[in-house]
Amino acid sequence: MSTLLNSMLEWIDKRFPLSSNWKAHLSEYYAPKNFNFWYFFGSLALLVFVNQLLTGIFLTMNYKPDASQAFASVEYIMRDVEYGWLIRYMHSTGASMFFVVVYLHMFRGMMYGSYRKPRELLWLVGMAIFFVLMSLAFTGYILPWGQMSYWGAQVIVSMFGAIPSIGDTLQQWLLGDFTLSDAALNRFFAYHVVTLPLVLIVLVFVHILALHETGSNNPDGIEIKANKNPVTGIPVDGIPFHPYYTVKDIVGVVVFLFVFCGIIFFAPEMGGYFLEYNNFIPANTLQTPDHIAPVWYFTPYYSMLRAVTVNFLGIDAKLWGVILMAGSVVIFCFLPWLDRSPVKSIRYKGPYFKIALTLFVISFFVLGWLGTKSPTPLYTLLAQIFTIIYFAFFILMPWYSKIDKTKPEPKRLQE
Amino acid sequence: MADSFTINEKMSGRRKFLVAATSVASGVAGAAIATPFLLSMMPSERAKAAGAPIEVDISKLEPGMLLMVEWRGRVVWILNRTPEMLATLEKVEPELADPNSDKKQQPDYAKNRTRSIKPEILVAEGICTHLGCSPVFRKDIAPADLGPDWLGGFFCPCHGSKFDLAGRVYKSVPAPTNMVVPPHVYLSDTQLLIGSESEGSA
Repeated sequence: MSTLLNSMLEWIDKRFPLSSNWKAHLSEYYAPKNFNFWYFFGSLALLVFVNQLLTGIFLTMNYKPDASQAFASVEYIMRDVEYGWLIRYMHSTGASMFFVVVYLHMFRGMMYGSYRKPRELLWLVGMAIFFVLMSLAFTGYILPWGQMSYWGAQVIVSMFGAIPSIGDTLQQWLLGDFTLSDAALNRFFAYHVVTLPLVLIVLVFVHILALHETGSNNPDGIEIKANKNPVTGIPVDGIPFHPYYTVKDIVGVVVFLFVFCGIIFFAPEMGGYFLEYNNFIPANTLQTPDHIAPVWYFTPYYSMLRAVTVNFLGIDAKLWGVILMAGSVVIFCFLPWLDRSPVKSIRYKGPYFKIALTLFVISFFVLGWLGTKSPTPLYTLLAQIFTIIYFAFFILMPWYSKIDKTKPEPKRLQE
Repeated sequence: MADSFTINEKMSGRRKFLVAATSVASGVAGAAIATPFLLSMMPSERAKAAGAPIEVDISKLEPGMLLMVEWRGRVVWILNRTPEMLATLEKVEPELADPNSDKKQQPDYAKNRTRSIKPEILVAEGICTHLGCSPVFRKDIAPADLGPDWLGGFFCPCHGSKFDLAGRVYKSVPAPTNMVVPPHVYLSDTQLLIGSESEGSA
């Protein structure tokens, strides 16, 4: 039997690089031996992506991308399709959990300096994945054609209308109509189920290729490739990804699935944070709900969008809001060049960076919380203050990271 | 690897020219083939044709009441303002960003304090000029959430923009301009045509 399998493998290997790729990316891909809790979220993101692809395919079998039928077809899936409720809740919970794991994955990178040289491109590809993910979440949220779908889309598409001179034409081009209507729903469906998932698959592939070129960073932020066994050429602090980290990641998957199933079965709406109450009302083009807020993962940016209330530097408040909102996401791309610290990991960075990162996390949460609330003068003021802190984390980084008191990095990974 | 893709020193002049010419031609062809696809995403002929004007009977619109109608897929408000409401328009003017409606958000015949043809009847697109939400008609005076200075107007729940009872925007809110007054004309005392300025084009 084993000789038969071996000869089959040999037959394949002469025609397709199966064994060599298995080795290069799994059994002989050497990852640092000190991965901790924070290193679960890359593989979990992949798991959630597979969940979204599979459940998404089955949802398209019953969903109708038509403004007059979309809402009813989602209700049909929930009530009449066998296990339709489960597949839809897996998809809607998966969307929120995708952001949970991706935010934690990004935070890991920020803590341990994973964006620093030589992983700048890896970070940028990751940011591209994040942008596509946001687009997927946005287009997906429109599909049920409820009140929040409709008015959320109205707000986001109107942002393009804020761009000087080309704004109006661009908006019509995006909508395929003069207002948000069936034409837009139909094309957002096309983006959500065809265009964006294809782009995301390619980007995830490129992300992993880039990772395996530079090798993984680790909680100590030092390069394991700098210390190789002279005979074998294998990093002395590295262990093969398979079986060591495949097994570790499976433990992460099991724990994650407990949480995931708990949400699906006991709190799929998550108190209005994962599925908003207003979206159980069909879209009404004549009336905005009294309180509109995006889904939780967009609320920090949404807070910044509405934080600017005065015109300055010759640009009106509306355009400033759009610039800040876009800037708040794009600015992550510059992290590799903003960080001037001599060390990568937070373990060896000084107090300034730790304080700055803490303030950033606080501002992210406060802005996120404010984004779920109706705007009042006090909340708007808070949003303005925390928007400044949010941006200060990035803009002041070249200075505070440089003068910070760092500790010396070790030569080898710490146990 | 790079040699086969880029023009380099070792290439002959003829080859350099051919590579450059092929690149330019491919670029033009790429742009040409992209054009029909990009244009297919513009509003279709059917969407363009759907913008016909609408007729509205306002004989049953009591003072203080707001009527919502749909024109071109957008909500249009028709508000019959009471004399008390009209009196607030002058009082709020110091708080407004564009009290004289200098920005072209209305036809010339509505460039006045009431932003209307008949002083009491306001016709406006019920769409916030910030990001397209539909503001809420708040005729209650000095409610808890809008403060003691509120004399009635429109409040956008999305981002907190405020407008007065003529759709004029307040200062220091996200919305940049007054609300849009669509072209409209009175066919009779109680018959309103929205979307056109003359009976003929209806």
